[in-house]
Amino acid sequence: MLEINALTHSYGDHTVLSDMNLEVAEGELVSIVGPSGCGKSTLLRCIAGLIAPTGGKVVLNGTPVDGVPDDLAVVFQDYSRSLLPWLTVRDNVALPLKRRGGTRAERRASAEEALKSVGLADAGRKYPWQLSGGMQQRVSIARALAYRPSLLLMDEPFGSVDAQTREDLEDLVLQVHRDGGMTILLVTHDIDESVYLGDRVVVLGRNPGRIRAEIAVDLPAERDQIATRADADFVRLRAEVGKLVRGAVTSSPA
Amino acid sequence: MTAKLTRALAAAGRLWLLALLVGAWELAARSAADDFFPPPSKIVKAMHEVWFSGPAGQAFLTDEAFDDFGPSLAHLFTGWAIASVAGVVLGLLIGRSAIAGAVLEPLLQFGRSIPPPTLIPFLIAVLELGTELQVTTIVYGVIWPVLLNTIDGVRSVDRLQLETAKVFGITGALRLRRVILPSAAPKIFAGLRVSLGFALILMVISELVGSTTGIGVRLTTAQQSFHMDQMWGGIVLLGVLGCLFNLVFHLVEHRVLAWHAGLRRNTG
Repeated sequence: MLEINALTHSYGDHTVLSDMNLEVAEGELVSIVGPSGCGKSTLLRCIAGLIAPTGGKVVLNGTPVDGVPDDLAVVFQDYSRSLLPWLTVRDNVALPLKRRGGTRAERRASAEEALKSVGLADAGRKYPWQLSGGMQQRVSIARALAYRPSLLLMDEPFGSVDAQTREDLEDLVLQVHRDGGMTILLVTHDIDESVYLGDRVVVLGRNPGRIRAEIAVDLPAERDQIATRADADFVRLRAEVGKLVRGAVTSSPA
Repeated sequence: MTAKLTRALAAAGRLWLLALLVGAWELAARSAADDFFPPPSKIVKAMHEVWFSGPAGQAFLTDEAFDDFGPSLAHLFTGWAIASVAGVVLGLLIGRSAIAGAVLEPLLQFGRSIPPPTLIPFLIAVLELGTELQVTTIVYGVIWPVLLNTIDGVRSVDRLQLETAKVFGITGALRLRRVILPSAAPKIFAGLRVSLGFALILMVISELVGSTTGIGVRLTTAQQSFHMDQMWGGIVLLGVLGCLFNLVFHLVEHRVLAWHAGLRRNTG
């Protein structure tokens, strides 16, 4: 459903992404992991249509991306800036639904339903800044879910929350993915997280950013924070991805 | 609870100080017995006689009060309202366009730098004395804080908020209403507040030089007819009006921008 062909992006003389090719199938959850400065965020912004790549193309559901596709949602890392502080939690979730039409009551009902699915059934009337960081990121996820995108992009979504909250949110993403069958592309710099969440892990190298390896995660779909992380296969995969990421840090490709 | 108590005590403390100062003023003015400095009791008496001794059906306001306040306040609020709407609309247009901003910036800075009262001689030459002249003076004088603050507010909308809007298809008028305007609102309100203060000043100035009715005219005629208590009454009244406007504005701002105060409290 998503095809990235020979994608290249430069800022002036500085090449950030070089000749990237990637395909993502319907319903897949793909983790993109790499060291800082490997162009992860640039890649995500090209896919989202927020920036136009200098070369190559992104094709979503058979249509080349030119501007933001209307069935794509993004969960940004910085929830406190991405949620609008002057709207209640429910209105934050409901506002994007305007373009889908329907009455105000219908939009609100959809928003409430999405909030319920992320465990925030009672927070609708509050303002985002009245919630904890983890809860705010749940609101961002609810906003993306209510929008019913065919592709959900997550840009280091758990980079600003504490470890416990992070695990809860990771499991929420798995649950959302399982229940809704949504295609998810998750950018992270956390090696554990990339393996724990992904059906497949794409490792990026830097200078310039390019795909270094793709690793299929052959773990059972049902995952558990304690058991999965202790699983021998998980440990092996994590080591493999870790080696690739570290290799990506130290090597300077010719 | 303690915070409330502290605030109440602080308010009582301020009132107490005010009472003391007025008392000192009263004593000093009485012992000086100078006609130019009537004691506060005489000033209040004059204010009562001229403006506040009307029939109950008119909320105790005299006909003079209506003649003095009516035109003055109408000019003030008409001018402020026109300047506010024009300032916000122009500010949105200029703030959203990088080119318009760059081209107009020097012009706006120049326009803002002209002290508004200096335009009054010109306006007297081309406009009728009265409403037209006064409202024009006020509009010109008070549009700048609203306009410049709106431009600034619109320009400093968070990039991530704009990207979020873009991703979720919030565009056009919806984006203006639900993203850009609310984001700029704290700065716009700051501009509106400054403007309201300017509007009161310009209202009086324009009446002192180019009017036949209003509080400013009352000040001039009282001075010319040696009714110093009435003149001082006018000064006190303008001070009270200024405080009152500020208070009401504060209450409205507090309601409309409740989210902003909450956000700042929560993010420390």
